[in-house]
Amino acid sequence: MSSQDYWKANLKLLSVLLFVWFIISFGFGIIFSEFLDQFSLGGFKLGFWFAQQGSIYGFVILIFVYVIAMHFLEKKIGIKEEENE
Amino acid sequence: MSSQLLTYIFVGLSFATYIAIAIWSRASSTNEFYVAGKGVNPIANGMATAADWMSAASFISMAGLISFLGKDGAVYLMGWTGGYVLLALLLAPYLRKFGQYTVPDFIGTRYYSKTARLVAVLCLIFISFTYVAGQMRGVGIVFSRFLEVEIQVGVIIGMIVVFFYAVLGGMKGITYTQVAQYCVMIFAYLVPAIFISILITGNPIPQLGFGDTLVNSSTYLLDKLDQLSIDLGFSAYTENTKSNIDIFCITAALMFGTAGLPHVIVRFFTVPRVSDARKSAGYALVFIAFLYTTAPAVAAFSRVNFIESIQEKSYLDSPDWFKNWENIGLIAWQDKNDDGLINYSAGKPFEGSRPIFSDEFGSQGQREIKNLPTLDNSNEVYIDRDIMVLANPEIAKLPAWLWL
Repeated sequence: MSSQDYWKANLKLLSVLLFVWFIISFGFGIIFSEFLDQFSLGGFKLGFWFAQQGSIYGFVILIFVYVIAMHFLEKKIGIKEEENE
Repeated sequence: MSSQLLTYIFVGLSFATYIAIAIWSRASSTNEFYVAGKGVNPIANGMATAADWMSAASFISMAGLISFLGKDGAVYLMGWTGGYVLLALLLAPYLRKFGQYTVPDFIGTRYYSKTARLVAVLCLIFISFTYVAGQMRGVGIVFSRFLEVEIQVGVIIGMIVVFFYAVLGGMKGITYTQVAQYCVMIFAYLVPAIFISILITGNPIPQLGFGDTLVNSSTYLLDKLDQLSIDLGFSAYTENTKSNIDIFCITAALMFGTAGLPHVIVRFFTVPRVSDARKSAGYALVFIAFLYTTAPAVAAFSRVNFIESIQEKSYLDSPDWFKNWENIGLIAWQDKNDDGLINYSAGKPFEGSRPIFSDEFGSQGQREIKNLPTLDNSNEVYIDRDIMVLANPEIAKLPAWLWL
């Protein structure tokens, strides 16, 4: 895997993750929030839940998916980091 | 032992711990002062970032704001957490890779320009000053209630304390002080939240209690809250009052702003490796999420409690917290219809944005205010939103040992 391929894979990963990021916050939490409010999740209206709870859980998951995916990507290309470079 | 004394001891011990850590880990080189020798563990760094980020604004003001804004409050919840995704994906790893101490250093070196660097420094100073202004009000409120002094005095005392342990330790000292501070803060936030959640819904997890039914009833908390809000002339708690475009833009602004905050970014320079920079952004958000998913629950609980404990109660029988905060000047009551009852509803209680207290006392013993009453609504209560988190345990009548 060349460093160009690495960069391409990195960009692809970023665009997928940022797309999900946009959908769960701006999408479900704001734009489609009122539409989603007709469904409920326990005592929450779904749109309200995304706005005040769900989007935050989603953000946490996104960052860790990124950390893990980058770990494998860097292993593949053989990047090893030195401490205190 | 009085609860007042216990409070002093508890707070005193916390500060002693922070200062001890600052002295123990004080910086001995430039590298240590700015970036803690680049040797901070990513979990510790995440915790420190979280503590840094969640200082007064999130900790004290946010739940109160949401409590009065209802669903609109989500702009702060999403805005102040969503930025971390941008930070972790687009900024932190690259800045760490470049190996400078600060963002202006990065900009100056990357673009080979002293002017660009100067512009970055000016931006940074502007951001920091604006940010600190908000934080200091929060600190002032805590000290004013705790030492029972006017809020300005509280601000000054707070500044002296913070200055002392920030200057001493540099980045390394601050990092470990912040780790300790995070633990104290999250404990102080979660414990009352858990107890209030149990009291109101019987569910020990606030995030779930928030969407649960009320104790001894099949009504959901949020449905009840919607009903209460509508009855008092507010709009339903779980509905937006601002337009979608407003909410969209405010959320976006807060997200990008979060991703660009200098005191958060600098933390990613302190870890040993680039991969650690990514990890610490993740941990930071986990630690932040503990508070940020609890805050909207606290907001809803305190809103219900607040309305139920004062609405149409006579001032003479009003709870102690109401009078205590009135003494500090963050609550005011003007008996517009002279019935001796506290009437709380939508609308501004009087002209002007803050109460101006005279030295007189009214027929019920309330502090008289000089502001002219508004005639277009029947609301008689002024409440500063910032007090909701601090007053919440008292409003919920939790035992004193819990909320001191």
